Amino acid sequence: MMDDLEATARRGVEAAISEGASDADAWCERSTSREIRVYDGEVESLSDAGSSGLGLRAFIDGRSGHAYGTDLSEEGVLAVAAAAQAAAAVADPDEFGGLPEEPGVTEVEGLHSAVMAQWSNEDRVQLALAVERAARAREGVTQVENAVYSDSEGSAAIASSRGLTASYEATSAWAYASAFAGAGTDLMTGLGIGLGRDPGALDPEAIGGEAAERALELVGARRPSSRRCPVILDAFVAASFAGIIGGMLSADAVQRGRSLFAGREGQEVAGPAFVLADDGRHPEGPSSAPFDGEGSATRRTPLIEGGLLSGYLFDARTARKAGRASTANAARGSYRAPPAVGPSNLLLEPGEHDLEQLVAQAGEGLYVTEVSGLHSGVNSVSGSFSVGATGRLIEGGELGRPVREITIAGDLVEMLRDVRAVGAPGRWVPFGGSVKAAPVLIGEMAISGS
Amino acid sequence: MDPGLAARVIERALRHGGDLAELYAEDRHGFSVSLDDSRVERPGGGTERGASVRVVAGAASWFGHVDGLSEEALLDLADSVGQAVRGRRRSPAELGPARATGANPVAVRPETVEAARKAELLRSLDERARAAAGEVDQVSVGYSEGRRIVEVFNSEGVAAADDRTRIRLSAQVVARREGRVETGSHTCGGHAGFELFDDDPEEVAASAARKALTALDAVDAPSGRLPVVVGNGFGGVLLHEAVGHGLEADAVQKGASVYAGRIGEQLAEPGVTAYDDGERANEWGSDGVDDEGTATRRTTVIEEGRLTSYLYDLVRARADGTDSTGNGRRQSFRHLPVPRMTNTYFAPGGATPEELIEGVERGLYAVSFGGGQVEPATGEFVFGVSEGYLIENGKVTAPVRGATLVGNGLEALRAIDGIADDLDIATGYCGKAGQTVPAGVGQPHVRLRELTVGGTGA
Repeated sequence: MMDDLEATARRGVEAAISEGASDADAWCERSTSREIRVYDGEVESLSDAGSSGLGLRAFIDGRSGHAYGTDLSEEGVLAVAAAAQAAAAVADPDEFGGLPEEPGVTEVEGLHSAVMAQWSNEDRVQLALAVERAARAREGVTQVENAVYSDSEGSAAIASSRGLTASYEATSAWAYASAFAGAGTDLMTGLGIGLGRDPGALDPEAIGGEAAERALELVGARRPSSRRCPVILDAFVAASFAGIIGGMLSADAVQRGRSLFAGREGQEVAGPAFVLADDGRHPEGPSSAPFDGEGSATRRTPLIEGGLLSGYLFDARTARKAGRASTANAARGSYRAPPAVGPSNLLLEPGEHDLEQLVAQAGEGLYVTEVSGLHSGVNSVSGSFSVGATGRLIEGGELGRPVREITIAGDLVEMLRDVRAVGAPGRWVPFGGSVKAAPVLIGEMAISGS
Repeated sequence: MDPGLAARVIERALRHGGDLAELYAEDRHGFSVSLDDSRVERPGGGTERGASVRVVAGAASWFGHVDGLSEEALLDLADSVGQAVRGRRRSPAELGPARATGANPVAVRPETVEAARKAELLRSLDERARAAAGEVDQVSVGYSEGRRIVEVFNSEGVAAADDRTRIRLSAQVVARREGRVETGSHTCGGHAGFELFDDDPEEVAASAARKALTALDAVDAPSGRLPVVVGNGFGGVLLHEAVGHGLEADAVQKGASVYAGRIGEQLAEPGVTAYDDGERANEWGSDGVDDEGTATRRTTVIEEGRLTSYLYDLVRARADGTDSTGNGRRQSFRHLPVPRMTNTYFAPGGATPEELIEGVERGLYAVSFGGGQVEPATGEFVFGVSEGYLIENGKVTAPVRGATLVGNGLEALRAIDGIADDLDIATGYCGKAGQTVPAGVGQPHVRLRELTVGGTGA
């Protein structure tokens, strides 16, 4: 099966070369995925399906074009190659474009779990139902809108005219629930999530329980008075911010002058507690793989260390332009789009203290469990942001009354520099991409309430 | 597709029972190209072809999809989806051929226009944006086209087809002055062909540049409870997010909407009427039929301030004993249909935008939003204002930055005290249940008596 994918990718490259391309790479993938939604103790929907496709980049005289298709027959692959070739003719030549000079593969343990195959769809349904039950079992939960189990088992192969042919298999499973507590305009929602390599790695009790707890702790939330105070971002919110920062650290955004981190390499950009890295080969990482979307061997790249900006994320093109090496951050969402610079797995280094200790350290302040409007609310060039927030007040070193309809406005770099501590433990969350995050304590922020 | 094959697939899918079986077949084509830093880059496109089978039994949907449309693959798919279903067996209705409606005529098929001409179009947008002022520092523009030929057959005799072509231009401009950096963006698109860009497409770039340049002079936004005039076109995203999602029947039926159980209630002043309209010709969110083969229509969701209808697909309509409103939409053959908005907008009123603004002593003029987020269960929303101005003594004055609107849909509806006559519909992409579909958001200028403005200033 893997050989078959590699062979299709190889055929794609050969077809592009024989069409006249000077260089080409092909990405071929095949996956089976399932999604089960349950509601009120019954299956609401069950989807079980496979799909496959081929994406091909052709380089001709410094120009590049991309094409994709789902028809992997001899004829289908030829059509994709011809389309990539035709597309390339439209592009302007790019002196930095082209394949990586040194393609490679990193050995990554544990991407594929054999446990996946041992689960039947009936087992999966039971897991989803258990998540829902766990959420409904908490007193005060008025509704569980969604309880969803989802997984995917797939293979991807890459081939390039520089001689690389490689492939890998990976599995992933996740589940989440969305619970309500309270009613009417006082209704609050909570999300619980879990992810792993197979359904056996998911704890339905913890996922459902988390959804319930996150909703219940917000019941009765009111708008607080405006203030300046210490703020703790919980792991979900910290992950969303890390995702935004990761995007700004893309060398593409930097080189195009669209990042507030442009020209700040080696400068102080954060409090020393805020340590951020990208790691495309982390054994637990949902986005881990042996190679990136253009065949560079994955690695770990420090981004912020000791408060200093230590580096950016590069693909082959941006690396060539900057006179650096690729950090293997050519990300491919699927075969449908050519690779683009982006984070793989972002790791925010956990600290030593748990949430309780972090709250005690804050003394008086705000614990944020949800932000809204983050993506539209952050100016990536200036770093100014304004977002909606929900959470709890911190009073006398303990979590206090729930609050909502708050806006937090500030400056991203100022906020990072004011990070006092990062909590523990770290956990993987699918917000802001694929992020291992922990709670973050910020010295002072302006929160706007009534 | 041969209706005989569709009938065989549907019959196979119902072999172990089920109330409804459906075959959805699709041929997709797409092409896009962008320009950044005055260079044409990332040209690309592709084709996908496949089908899905769904069997509905009681409240449950069983679903699968496959690449390709071969008879063998389709029958295997029907077997695999149908095998988990248990229920009373029904005989499917007879199927005729599926014919496309032609509801959204396309004069110039985008795929017949040479790619080089699309690249030239991007270059002329780039020039227009750069001509706006020396402070224009960066320009990126994008062109995309997509065609979806879909056919839907079901066991109740539906045999429908739709040939959908969408086309879109977008521009983003960064302006810089003495260390200050601001961005502006604008888009134009429709369920239409290349003819959409016959008349001054460069205006998309000019508009993005104007927004970025205006923002260079912006002062910190005020905060507090203020009257707000929301701009036409993309200003309608507020209706889409804070009201529309709460009218989608899946949310309503789970009690996950503040609008549940409120049909007939007076939620706004009598002058307020709103539609979801999937049959408005050539509009961005329009289709001939929805993704379950139901003809699209104009549904009045608020009539003279009263809540009149929710938005239904087949499954949710069945649960409420009513008919689908033609809102069963899906991203592709790889997705289950769910109730989704098409083009949602407030009906025009009698005032002019100037009259709405004249009535405000001190307030915010929110022309455009950078996006927003809403919790459908409560209707609570937060919107970032990407282009906004102060209103002082009935006049639009200084541009502001960093403003957000915070509130909830019910409160916002109640607060509407004026609607202008300048309806415009903008091109949005709407995400829900892991699927993204094109959705038209629109309105004329609308005035809200009071809303919470979160700003960076005093």
